[in-house]
Amino acid sequence: MNVLHFVTSFFTDGAHWSGYDGIPTRLLEHLTYSLEALGLAALIGLPVGLVTGHYGKGGNALTLLATAARALPTFGLLVLIVMVAGFGMLPVMIPLVVLAVPPILVTTYEAMRSVEPSPVDAARGMGMRESDILLRVELPVALPLILGGLRSAAIQIISTATIAAYVSLGGLGRYIVDGLYQHNYEKVVGGATLVAALALATLAVFWAAARAAVSPGVRQT
Amino acid sequence: MNRFFDIPSDLQHSWLGLIGLHLREALLPVLGGLLLALPLAQLCVRLRWLYPPVLWVTTVLYAIPSLAFFVVLIDYTGQTELTVMIPLTVYSLVVLVPAIVDGVRSVPQETLAAATAMGFGPVRRYVQVQLPIAVPAIIAGLRVATVSSISLVSVGMLIGNQGALGNLLHDAQIYNRPELAWNSVLTTAALAVLVDALLVGVRVLLTPWMPSGSGATRTRKEATAR
Repeated sequence: MNVLHFVTSFFTDGAHWSGYDGIPTRLLEHLTYSLEALGLAALIGLPVGLVTGHYGKGGNALTLLATAARALPTFGLLVLIVMVAGFGMLPVMIPLVVLAVPPILVTTYEAMRSVEPSPVDAARGMGMRESDILLRVELPVALPLILGGLRSAAIQIISTATIAAYVSLGGLGRYIVDGLYQHNYEKVVGGATLVAALALATLAVFWAAARAAVSPGVRQT
Repeated sequence: MNRFFDIPSDLQHSWLGLIGLHLREALLPVLGGLLLALPLAQLCVRLRWLYPPVLWVTTVLYAIPSLAFFVVLIDYTGQTELTVMIPLTVYSLVVLVPAIVDGVRSVPQETLAAATAMGFGPVRRYVQVQLPIAVPAIIAGLRVATVSSISLVSVGMLIGNQGALGNLLHDAQIYNRPELAWNSVLTTAALAVLVDALLVGVRVLLTPWMPSGSGATRTRKEATAR
């Protein structure tokens, strides 16, 4: 009765590899939810973080906002929205976005603030426009930290997107929730292993993205 | 909304009772995590090669969904509070170890050399110099760990009503009383904000040499803590 035994029997069972409850389907669903949530959160967090970080204003308001968002219980929010608005994608997306915005927002702001002032001053002295300074001077330098914020948001989303299964949607959480109600530990452990593996793959993707996108001059320092 | 505080009797607790339960289930793990993280972090500071593998292991542990963690543990610890508290301890540990390591490492070499020159032994230097200087980073880690712990306790509802305020969510569904779900979410959020503010207060008390009202330094440490 150990966990490794459950893992091997889950993955060697052919029934887990095809059909609507197969691993490929569930993995794809999980990836879709996660990418949608990360995209929405980045759409909110990145521009706000970049602009406030550039002008160096609103840091305290941002911290308050992030603290408030982080305080909202993800699972409670899910159940509440289902009760108020009914089943669907909305009850899953709102908690996931609320979960992911604080790390993206705060890290982006801090990354922009940590850019050394001398290159920014030099760029301004050369007559660059503010938007160019932001996008072509500060953003490349701040990129490693910003990617770090996106990465921790992505890991949290992937682990938490399992709650979608509680409100009748798919994803890898299906195995965990179904396994819980069917007293089928093999399923639970298999689902958890898949989620952890997906998280590790995400780390690898971010590592590769950082290699590709961060300029060599910034990486060395 | 007029039955906001009317807690169904099957939960066997009043609203305040649930709050107490919730705080215990959320805060004891953070305390346990801190007690485990301090020696582990010190080990990582001492043995540099140990830090990257520890970071890898903690990242994998953090990626395990809380619900799956709970369900697997039922086999060993049953449907008890302990089953909720063990994963929360692990999550706290994961947040706290990097926070403490970064904090202790950020102590300048001159400061350490000065302490050694004054005749401080390694233990006394750690307790009286390194830890106090690392306090802002440690508190930043504690804030993240505490707030997420308070939020995650609610998931314990799924393993046989071990979720304290989260149990209200179950009753909200079976009795179709949305106000109980509102109660659960709002009370949990309020608890998180209160404990968070308390930790900021503790930091201000412990680091009288730092400017108290600066949100910027606070969030910078918080960003590195993650």
